[in-house]
Amino acid sequence: MLDKNGIAKRIAKEVKDGYYVNLGIGIPTLVANFVRDDIEVEFQSENGVLGMGPFPFEGEEDADIINAGKQTITTLPGASFFDSATSFGMIRGQHVHLTILGAMEVAENGDIANWKIPGKMVKGMGGAMDLVASAENIIVAMMHTNKRGESKLLKKCSLPLTGVGCVKKVVSNLAVLEVTKNGFRLLERAPGVSVEEIKKATEGNLIVEGDIPEMAID
Amino acid sequence: MIKKTVSGVDEALRGVSSGMTMMLGGFGLCGIPENSIAKLVALGVKDLTCISNNAGVDDFGLGLLLQQKQIKKMISSYVGENDEFERQMLSGELDVELIPQGTLAERCRAAQGGFPAIYTPAGYGTEVAEGKETREFDGKMYVLEHAFKADFAFVKAWKGDEAGNLIFKGTARNFNPCMCGAAKITVAEVEELVPAGTLDPNQIHIPGIFVQRIFQGQIYEKRIEQRTVRQRS
Repeated sequence: MLDKNGIAKRIAKEVKDGYYVNLGIGIPTLVANFVRDDIEVEFQSENGVLGMGPFPFEGEEDADIINAGKQTITTLPGASFFDSATSFGMIRGQHVHLTILGAMEVAENGDIANWKIPGKMVKGMGGAMDLVASAENIIVAMMHTNKRGESKLLKKCSLPLTGVGCVKKVVSNLAVLEVTKNGFRLLERAPGVSVEEIKKATEGNLIVEGDIPEMAID
Repeated sequence: MIKKTVSGVDEALRGVSSGMTMMLGGFGLCGIPENSIAKLVALGVKDLTCISNNAGVDDFGLGLLLQQKQIKKMISSYVGENDEFERQMLSGELDVELIPQGTLAERCRAAQGGFPAIYTPAGYGTEVAEGKETREFDGKMYVLEHAFKADFAFVKAWKGDEAGNLIFKGTARNFNPCMCGAAKITVAEVEELVPAGTLDPNQIHIPGIFVQRIFQGQIYEKRIEQRTVRQRS
């Protein structure tokens, strides 16, 4: 089974040379730490920066340079700043190649819910609805089950949707899955996790064809 | 040169009254019009509708207006950092309309640029699209979203000149340029106000035509919401 860093490490392998990538808050943010350093990638943050770098050294924080998680950041050579409309133009216009975000639930048809738990949590969707409605390639980073052990990969989402039929791939603590028109196709197992365990943790239709390899992380 | 300078925040907010709709720039606490917000608190105007990406934190930014119960309705994309906000929302004191962030930006820009409405794919098939007109273009579904109508837009820039030309810094730019000229009156507060002719016209982010009043803010606290640093190796 993977921990959060393991999920991020596996997703980092999906990041290709020349990609502009938008990383959501949480596990997706960790992906930046594991991208190969022999490829050129630029990270976009929807609050208005392309070419995001690491956190600043202590004493060098600038209140005017933050990411979408409101954390102080730095920029790398080649970076640019822009307004929010331009930023979402990059996203809606599909100039950003890959979007990685978290989810509370994903359905077998690619629906995603990640912004609201009625009566409990209403923080808002931020940029998530724009991202999922527009991005060509969306990978979801998530835990396969909730704290009570119930599946988060469902036949149908129970929470208010963020977007419909948009998720292409899911990397969870248990597996890598592709969303197809017939359901979740199992591509890889996390180290030490059996196909049976993944079946048990997946409520939505799981397609298992042939031998399922264990994912290579390092 | 058409001069946009006013003497200070008092003159800049002349005409503000209860029940108005306000746009306020900023992302989190980054690039918020601190001086205009402080003045809105001091004026005590009530029943405001505020269009702003976030709602500040409990004791800073728009949180200050929430504390005084001056806001009737918030139109935002993310409001997660404010307990008082959550309390007022759950108790029904505060009306909240949550909309996708890109839609928020584009509804401002539509108002600025003379479009009555725009089509966006964001929110299609979700509760955000309920009751709204939808339309298919090239096999994909879009939601019709209307331009905002606001009385005042309060924006914050880094530098500005007497003609109202603005330059922003870093990610403090965010929604500020989109809101300029998107309301009946745009009030720009800047960290540094310079004479016309000082700023290079090639470097202007927002031309002064979109700004009615400009002043230099007295104090900028520029609070950091999440201070994240790395260790020197």
